[in-house]
Amino acid sequence: MSEAVKDPVGGPETASGPPPGLQRRHGEGMLRKLLERFTATDLIMWLIGGGILTLILAGSAATLSAGKYTIKHWIDFMVFGLAQGSIYALIALGYTMVYGVLRMINFAHSEVFMSGPYTAYFVAAFFHRSGLLESHPVLSMFMVLLVSMAASTLVAYLLERIAYRPLRGAPRLVPLITAIGASFFLQYTFRGLYGSGFQAYPVVKALERQWDILGIRVLGFQVVVIAAAALMMGALYFFVQKTKMGKALRAVSEDKESAALMGIDVDRMISMTFIIGGMAAGAAGVLYALMFKQVHFFMGFIPGIKAFTAAVLGGIGNIPGAMLGGIFLGFIESLGPSLFLDGLGIVAPYQLKDAIAFTMLVLVLIFRPTGILGERLAVKKA
Amino acid sequence: MRKILVLTISLVLATGLASGLALAAKEKAKEAKKEAFKYEDPIGVVKIKPGQPIHIAYWFVVAGPDASLGTDTKRGVEIAIQDKGGKLLGHSIKFTGQDTGCNAEGGQAAATKLASDPTIVAAIGSNCSSEARPGAPILWKAGIPTVSPSNTAPYLTDPKRGPEYEGYLRTAHNDKVQGAVAAEFAVKKLGVTKAATIHDGSVYAEQLQAVFAETFKKLGGTITAQEAVAPTDTDMRPVLTKIATGKPEFIYYPIFIAAGGHITRQVKEVAGLEKVYLMGADGMFSPDFYKAAGEAAVGMFHSSPDFSAFAAGYKDFLDKHQKKYGEKPLAPFHAHAYDAAMMVFAAIEKVAKKAPDGTLYIGRKALRDALYATKNFKGITGTLSCDQYGDCADPRIAVYQTTEENVKKLVMPDKPFWKPY
Repeated sequence: MSEAVKDPVGGPETASGPPPGLQRRHGEGMLRKLLERFTATDLIMWLIGGGILTLILAGSAATLSAGKYTIKHWIDFMVFGLAQGSIYALIALGYTMVYGVLRMINFAHSEVFMSGPYTAYFVAAFFHRSGLLESHPVLSMFMVLLVSMAASTLVAYLLERIAYRPLRGAPRLVPLITAIGASFFLQYTFRGLYGSGFQAYPVVKALERQWDILGIRVLGFQVVVIAAAALMMGALYFFVQKTKMGKALRAVSEDKESAALMGIDVDRMISMTFIIGGMAAGAAGVLYALMFKQVHFFMGFIPGIKAFTAAVLGGIGNIPGAMLGGIFLGFIESLGPSLFLDGLGIVAPYQLKDAIAFTMLVLVLIFRPTGILGERLAVKKA
Repeated sequence: MRKILVLTISLVLATGLASGLALAAKEKAKEAKKEAFKYEDPIGVVKIKPGQPIHIAYWFVVAGPDASLGTDTKRGVEIAIQDKGGKLLGHSIKFTGQDTGCNAEGGQAAATKLASDPTIVAAIGSNCSSEARPGAPILWKAGIPTVSPSNTAPYLTDPKRGPEYEGYLRTAHNDKVQGAVAAEFAVKKLGVTKAATIHDGSVYAEQLQAVFAETFKKLGGTITAQEAVAPTDTDMRPVLTKIATGKPEFIYYPIFIAAGGHITRQVKEVAGLEKVYLMGADGMFSPDFYKAAGEAAVGMFHSSPDFSAFAAGYKDFLDKHQKKYGEKPLAPFHAHAYDAAMMVFAAIEKVAKKAPDGTLYIGRKALRDALYATKNFKGITGTLSCDQYGDCADPRIAVYQTTEENVKKLVMPDKPFWKPY
């Protein structure tokens, strides 16, 4: 019946295309194919996804109509989320770049992240004692940043040389397990080196001020964190997209053998990937220490897991995807509990912050299995 | 050929018979000895041969971010052993243990490991209430009674707790007392009417804030929010912003060092909470907390055992502590650990029997009963008397305020700011 109705409408257009009979057969084939592809699993997945989405929308509507939070509160939530998300994004870069080049998940990256700020703590504490932090805050923070980036980069570089390079060409599971082992090794090495307690980062007085930007109250270190993260992500994007070395990196990521035939030193490019990831992680570490002012040997674990989530969320292997995923995750963690759980009448919603982050991951993967920006890459490499 | 075979078989049989006879004779001799000395216990008996040590185990959090709590209590027990001269009834005291990690999984793992060791007579622990909840029943199933120096969650000695907790006692105060003291302090001393609470999902924090909220409401106050965070959370600003919408004058967060430090640092950065009073409990009353929170801790309040009300022996204890470890105690429960160990030693002395051959017999059920029968025991935290659910403490809770001096030198305040009595 519907075919009969549709046909006359499509008639005039098909005049220049294939004959109507052929088109109808083609359409039927498409429909069957679609039905074949649409399995019970898909239906359940879509139902779950739709259910979560409905809950989110209902919760948000209830919260917003209750009017408990003012615009100022929402802006505060967003600034907190943006600052936290920029840190996730910087760490996620390391995961995503290594995956893009080596197709492996570098679980030890969270320890690369920890090693930088923990090492730099001793420099920061020294500056604090000598008063340099007070008199020359910019210079001393810059030094702390350099030390942190250097430490993280060194750890990342050695990690690749010692733990991963000898295993290149081994089955995929082998480097994965090695990464987990390396993660524990690094964690407890740093515990042995620096102790199992907390160390409190000295407070930079200059960053404790509050600024009013267009009527929005922002804390000094939030501005620094967000601006520094944006700057570094911009620089990295420029490096990968516009420089010759970036081009070589992308070539290695697409096809190692062809890249080698073109005269690119693949090993060097892989080392480069780890170095860049380490630099980003070291910088993220200092920003983390500015925000939370605490370091200890286990500090990398949770941010590492979150950044990995961010990388998958944005489409693993895709650099802008990791940035987007990190910031998205930061927003969700900060806004989510108040926005939709509060409206659903859930008591003490912030306890479920992590659950929300991972539910979002499930939701995104149901509707976009390759992540937010991951499609092009997945098609190319599948 | 066949002759040899027959010969061998008969030889083997003969030796077998002879050895069997000898064995039976030995058994008889043993039985005769046993008849002379009888010691029975419905759960089991620990036999300690002469020269063997009496094995006491700890299950404390001695590693990770909350290690100061476990190290502090472990030292308390060590000083108790030292005061006994390292010997009990002529046997040396062996003191070993397991790390518990201040979470339920760690407590369960540690208790399972201890339960598999039949030489353990009694245990001292755990530190965090979340560990004791799964751990204490595992130990008691193996017949090991445990005395905790620092579990404070009301559930563990609640009449409804179930028979699997029958081997559990504590020398620490019950949080029914601590939570009420905090609420009284907020209302009577500070005069606040609106308060918010934050817990971290642990048994300890959840029940403590519930007692606080209940008492606070009874005293005429309003609870604006009862929030929760995860112990691993670092970004507390969103949850604090949410709390700020209720405009509380007082925030009570009886949690642990890591998350507590983040909250303390971030509270003043949130609009509307710049002037709020902050109060924590004994779980983060430690120099490590000052490291975690930094200068933001100045002016904050903690409820904790009242050291100034401790018995005279406490001064002596502090001197020994200083001499042995070269520093002041790291957390509030060293004295409770000392008392727990002394209580266990006293109970062992009461029930242990020496056989004629010098073997020491300790009945597991008898030991548990002796611990529960502890009455008017003179400890350094006060006079301990155990009730039928294992609450033995003489609870005196005071409120302390942190000064700039405390944070700079990383020492806890030693003079109470306010006392309920």
